[in-house]
Amino acid sequence: MSEDLLNIEINGQPLQARRGAMIIEAADAAGIQIPRFCYHKKLSVAANCRMCLVEVEKAPKPLPACATPVADGMKVRTRSALARDGQRSVMEFLLINHPLDCPICDQGGECELQDVAMGFGGDISRFQERKRVVKDKDIGPLIATDMTRCIHCTRCVRFGEEIAGVRELGATGRGEDMEIGTFVEKSVDSELSGNVIDLCPVGALTSKPFRYSARSWEMVQRSTIAAHDAVGSNLHVHVRRNRVMRVVPRENEDVNETWISDRDRFSYEGLYSEDRLSAPAIKRGGSWADVDWDVALDFAANGIRRVVAERGAQQLGALASPNSTLEELCLLQKLLRGMGSSNVDHRLRQADFSDQDVAPLFPWLGQSIADLELLDAVLLVGADVRKEQPLINNRLRKAALRGAGIMVVNALEPNFNYPTEAAMIVPPGDMPGVLAGIAKALGVRGGKRDKLLESAQVEPAHEAIAERLKNAGRASVLVGAFATSHPQAADLRALAGLICEAADAALGYLPAGANGAGAWLAGALPHRGPAGQMLADAGADAQAMMHDGLAGYVLLGVEPELDCWDSAAASNSLREADFVVALTAYRTSEMDEYADVLLPVSLFAETSGTFVNAEGRWQSFEAVAAPVGDARPGWRVLRVLGNLLDLEGFVYTDSQQIRDELKDKVGEARADNNAAWREPSRLDGKRSGLTRIGDVPVYAVDPVVRRGKALQGTRDACDARLGLNATVAAKLGLQQGDRARVTQEGGEVVLEVELDTRVPDDCVHVRAGVPGSVGLGPCIGEIKISKA
Amino acid sequence: MSGIRYFFKSFMLWELLTGLRLTGRYLFRKKFTVQYPEEKAPQSPRFRGLHALRRYPNGEERCIACKLCEAVCPALAITIDSHRREDGTRRTTRYDIDLTKCIFCGFCEESCPVDSIVETRIYEYHGEKRGDLLMTKEKLLEIGDKVEAQIAADRAQDAFYR
Repeated sequence: MSEDLLNIEINGQPLQARRGAMIIEAADAAGIQIPRFCYHKKLSVAANCRMCLVEVEKAPKPLPACATPVADGMKVRTRSALARDGQRSVMEFLLINHPLDCPICDQGGECELQDVAMGFGGDISRFQERKRVVKDKDIGPLIATDMTRCIHCTRCVRFGEEIAGVRELGATGRGEDMEIGTFVEKSVDSELSGNVIDLCPVGALTSKPFRYSARSWEMVQRSTIAAHDAVGSNLHVHVRRNRVMRVVPRENEDVNETWISDRDRFSYEGLYSEDRLSAPAIKRGGSWADVDWDVALDFAANGIRRVVAERGAQQLGALASPNSTLEELCLLQKLLRGMGSSNVDHRLRQADFSDQDVAPLFPWLGQSIADLELLDAVLLVGADVRKEQPLINNRLRKAALRGAGIMVVNALEPNFNYPTEAAMIVPPGDMPGVLAGIAKALGVRGGKRDKLLESAQVEPAHEAIAERLKNAGRASVLVGAFATSHPQAADLRALAGLICEAADAALGYLPAGANGAGAWLAGALPHRGPAGQMLADAGADAQAMMHDGLAGYVLLGVEPELDCWDSAAASNSLREADFVVALTAYRTSEMDEYADVLLPVSLFAETSGTFVNAEGRWQSFEAVAAPVGDARPGWRVLRVLGNLLDLEGFVYTDSQQIRDELKDKVGEARADNNAAWREPSRLDGKRSGLTRIGDVPVYAVDPVVRRGKALQGTRDACDARLGLNATVAAKLGLQQGDRARVTQEGGEVVLEVELDTRVPDDCVHVRAGVPGSVGLGPCIGEIKISKA
Repeated sequence: MSGIRYFFKSFMLWELLTGLRLTGRYLFRKKFTVQYPEEKAPQSPRFRGLHALRRYPNGEERCIACKLCEAVCPALAITIDSHRREDGTRRTTRYDIDLTKCIFCGFCEESCPVDSIVETRIYEYHGEKRGDLLMTKEKLLEIGDKVEAQIAADRAQDAFYR
């Protein structure tokens, strides 16, 4: 290692730098400030702003520190007369065409151009001529543009090419005519697009929802954790007068690096949605009344008691959102179990629970998020990872660019931002068959498996995938949300496990929600208590609760008609129930119909808590903003409910006590995906007629995101439609733009037909989790189509 | 010796007369007293009185909600909320000055990049109810509209020194 370190000197300070490092990296590491615009440590070197000019001994002219590699014995001066003169002149050039409209610029106060001009610029400009003006572009509902302010650092362009993997922004023209924009008139649709707002050193790209609403100096920066995916991105929330004004990333190299997804960045708008519930409400004699907390909690406790007394504890069930905090989930299961019922579940979009007894402590990624970059081969099973978990996809993209083979088994062809080596797009029912084929090609032998795998067909494509997995140094099979919601999810998991065993790959799951892993640890499951403690009598799982219909429900942050696997069954059983307590942040007309008490709870950023991310990292956070109206943190509401129901173990003064108690129980236990989930039951899915592919669009995953106004205006936000390929359409006699009647298990909706080549034969694509498909049956299941 | 001088000085009320000499001098001098409210004291064009928000000649309000006045205000008397107006420009939805907090330092006027918030020559105002001295955007614009001629003349006169 030592020969790779060079001795250099910056401003007389002796330093060591890695061979090949640029001067600016060595200076940054030593805390020596060099002004820069185009240089960013996560992006390639462009050296086009020339702001980082420094004097290097024996060099005739100042050199750009970002593009000059260190050499042994190099002597650099960053503040010498020559360097300062160079920097001042560059600054003067940069300001020639900058409009200096700082007072109306959203970047004002946090602008790198302002800071560098103050620190390194001159005090007057000699430029008397006319400044150029560049037309603003409309690049979608998330990013506001003021292109006249652009200084052409091309950070956004490089971000698009190198990180987001989409060439959406680019530079056209040369010299003074250079402009940054989309090449054709279109919006920027990357799921990471919001990061260019942070990258832009000036106010050319700013946040559209935030536009003109606050100044940087008015806001307080507080830390929290993102609440929408299993990455658990670290966030800084900017709060003004106890209201969240915007969200920006907090650097954490192990989790989110310096990026966050648009979903995490813009979902805060959902906090202040118009249908936010601000006061507790109860339904008496069919009409709703806003009441005090005391009254509402008493009403809720009495209702729960009555259900248990009249119908028995087994008739009480709880459904929790996987975005709830660890503490909320822990108290919820404690409450239910205290009342004598184990009917508690968070796996709302899952249908197959047959393997739950052999499941690991919690289904996790099987490796750390950062290690995904090092993989050589990845098989994605039912995972549209780019939209589901944008930052995990970012890691996989890095691996792919390094040469890793990314292979896909899915029902709907995902749109990746890197090349995939193989894509098996088959109807959902055939997915187990494909996995079995791969397993067979890998030579899985032994016991019962032989009999099962005998029937598997090995195609050349399966062999290719198997070969790639086997020959890779580090391989992994990742099971995503679509596979989890598959009616044969247990078989898919089992086969994925077999493949991993045979190919010596790591089995990983992409848990749903921000706390899908934490929910397992908290015991929000019918068959296990906190910390994976096995229970003798398993309660009803989410599907059983919805299909069999219980007398009483407790809902935690759930809109069942949108969040459950079977929308129709969820709505029906809730309407039939005697008593429904909804701990919710929003009030919807559906809720008014089925619920009896509405208890307003705080959302992320308004409550303290803990999320456990896909790699099993416990990340606790504090409340950073005041809850809207009379809302209270969910764990407090549940604690008081526990007290009112005279249950033991509900004495907590803060959420940390709940977390610590659970942490003690979990101890050093680690989840082992490989130790579980074997024995697939069958390979061929029954298929007659059409199968619905009901994936959940990226901006419909939870109630908060569904209310993010800006996100809902993007191209990724889409309502239900009937997507089918030309063959299926011809068979049904449908054409693009037709209206079709879609029937599933008694539910019926009319949708617009859209031809989509990504949909396989015998299938139709009807999204779940969106208003247009409410009332239909299972996300993946038989469906009937007729012309409307 | 000093004892005798002291005796005579105190006996003749000499010090009283010394004092009265000053009084006497002012008695016959030209008077300063301004008979307020019938008379008004003279004012400088830089007088810092009641605040006003100005408009451009075309009627458009000047304020662009940059919030520099809010940031510079040492008494934290200014509160501003901003938004994006229909036409895409940056405007205030709220511009409050709490006159009970204001110390009339004039920093707000100095920091304003568009000469929108100004301090006028008005100093005769009062509040009868709680909240009367909380100036809102509407009130401030109204004052600006009323005395715009004077404001403009004062700024013009002082322009050389700015």
